[in-house]
Amino acid sequence: MATKLPIYFDHASTTRCDPRVVEAMLPYFSEKFGNSSSRNHKFGWESEDGVEHAREQAAALIGANPKEIIFTSGATEGNNLAIKGAAEMYAKAAAGQTGRGHIISAVHEHKAVLDPCKRLQREGFDVTFLEPGTDGVITADMVAAALRPDTILVTIMWANNEIGVINEIPQIGKLCHDKEIVLHTDATQWVGKMPTDVERDHIDLLTWSSHKIYGPKGVGALFVRRRKPRIRLEAMIDGGGHERGMRSGTLNVTGIVGFGKACELCQHEMEHERERLVKFRRKLETELSRRIEVTQVNGHPEKRLPHLTNISFGFVEGESLMMGVKDIACSSGSACTSASLEPSYVLKSLGVGDELAHSSLRLSLGRWTTEEEVDYAIEQIVAAVQHLRLMSPLFDLHKEGIDISKIQWQAH
Amino acid sequence: MAYSDKVVDHFQNPRNVGSFGTSTDVAKRTDVGVGIVGAPECGDVMQLHIKVNEQGIIEDAKFKCFGCGSAIASSSLATEWLKGKSVDEALTIKNTQIVEELSLPPVKIHCSVLAEDSIRAAIADYRKKNGMAADSAAHAATH
Repeated sequence: MATKLPIYFDHASTTRCDPRVVEAMLPYFSEKFGNSSSRNHKFGWESEDGVEHAREQAAALIGANPKEIIFTSGATEGNNLAIKGAAEMYAKAAAGQTGRGHIISAVHEHKAVLDPCKRLQREGFDVTFLEPGTDGVITADMVAAALRPDTILVTIMWANNEIGVINEIPQIGKLCHDKEIVLHTDATQWVGKMPTDVERDHIDLLTWSSHKIYGPKGVGALFVRRRKPRIRLEAMIDGGGHERGMRSGTLNVTGIVGFGKACELCQHEMEHERERLVKFRRKLETELSRRIEVTQVNGHPEKRLPHLTNISFGFVEGESLMMGVKDIACSSGSACTSASLEPSYVLKSLGVGDELAHSSLRLSLGRWTTEEEVDYAIEQIVAAVQHLRLMSPLFDLHKEGIDISKIQWQAH
Repeated sequence: MAYSDKVVDHFQNPRNVGSFGTSTDVAKRTDVGVGIVGAPECGDVMQLHIKVNEQGIIEDAKFKCFGCGSAIASSSLATEWLKGKSVDEALTIKNTQIVEELSLPPVKIHCSVLAEDSIRAAIADYRKKNGMAADSAAHAATH
């Protein structure tokens, strides 16, 4: 069977909604359309049942109690609520003052974590942004070394969205619990792909999103621990007191029902899916490295997500590479399409040289990825890199044995 | 962002890709002007080689480019325009003409600027090798 083009290798960006999820959602558009907060009639009860079932499905996926699940509009909102909500709740001084408390995060977090942290910095909190080593991993030792007596919150992602590298979350969780510091983790790329147990792994706050796990967009959840210790948050959205007062607003019942179904499917299919995708990812990495010289898989070789790889191809520029692999929908580490010419800050934080950071592809596989697609992608990437290297003045210099990093370039 | 058909065409079928020798070879040749502009960390490096005959006409031009599709198209187009022009005429090529021909969007204007700069750099190198002032009357007139 011919491979259907274009191939979707951008599952870390978003995923197709599973048809079984869509089916579960359908009745909630126009049959069971009630407001889940309407306590006095059948329409409300039906919707409430749908939401509470979804809450159980979501909780089961991460080993939580359903009462600990707060539905949100997605991971950006979840991260904002967790980080700002915890900082405000556990602040050591009132608003308007300095010295309100210390927060630990990392330089290669997602913008939805970095920007709330930077806002808190402007509002009187101190923030330490940890720098990873060349493997991209944030370890418990790094966090321990940054702790201060006034540290109130640690926010470290479970797995990185650009390189798929996995941080030492259970160990960091244990450390935080021992020190009675709140731990938040942005687990958007992790949950649904890898087994998660918030009890075993000592998590206080955990964010994830529906559309990364084959559910609809515009919905997600924040896990907020209720006991040992009970975590409290200052709400960001005030109103009718929905979601234990932490997130007011009429619930997105349809989305939540779909999200719940997506969680349930992941729980059942995760293990099989992981084995399949790891095999495909390894094939991509091995074949591309074998067939193209000066190729680098970015990040830790083992501590990484099953479905995501980030590969730099020396001497070719990322945006033109994307143009060359026109049948593969994927992402580039290059930010050349935006107004800024900065290469990926995530790759730079790993010490990846600028010219390699400009030359990377992020390939992320998913539930419907086939081996034929993987094979097709390998051929097209090899051809595109060869086409571009024929044109690359940097590749010529490399072949002449000249070290590009030693040349004095006239920066534009 | 969608690329114009002309950019896609130059990207897929680049004109005049190549060089007139290794960097060491061309450094010694007085009939060849070399322009290298940009930097790897900016995501753009353009290399232009021009071969100039005794009448001062650009007989041949070759490029290599590390950069996005628009940068590749800009340098490919520049080589097409350079061939057959006198050195002085070549200096009248403006980046805005490249922008127009390739329908480059505002974020890609720097690619055309780089192409114009590579032309100037190659001509300056040719003139320097031949003991001429880099900044001739024609060059000055374009500023």
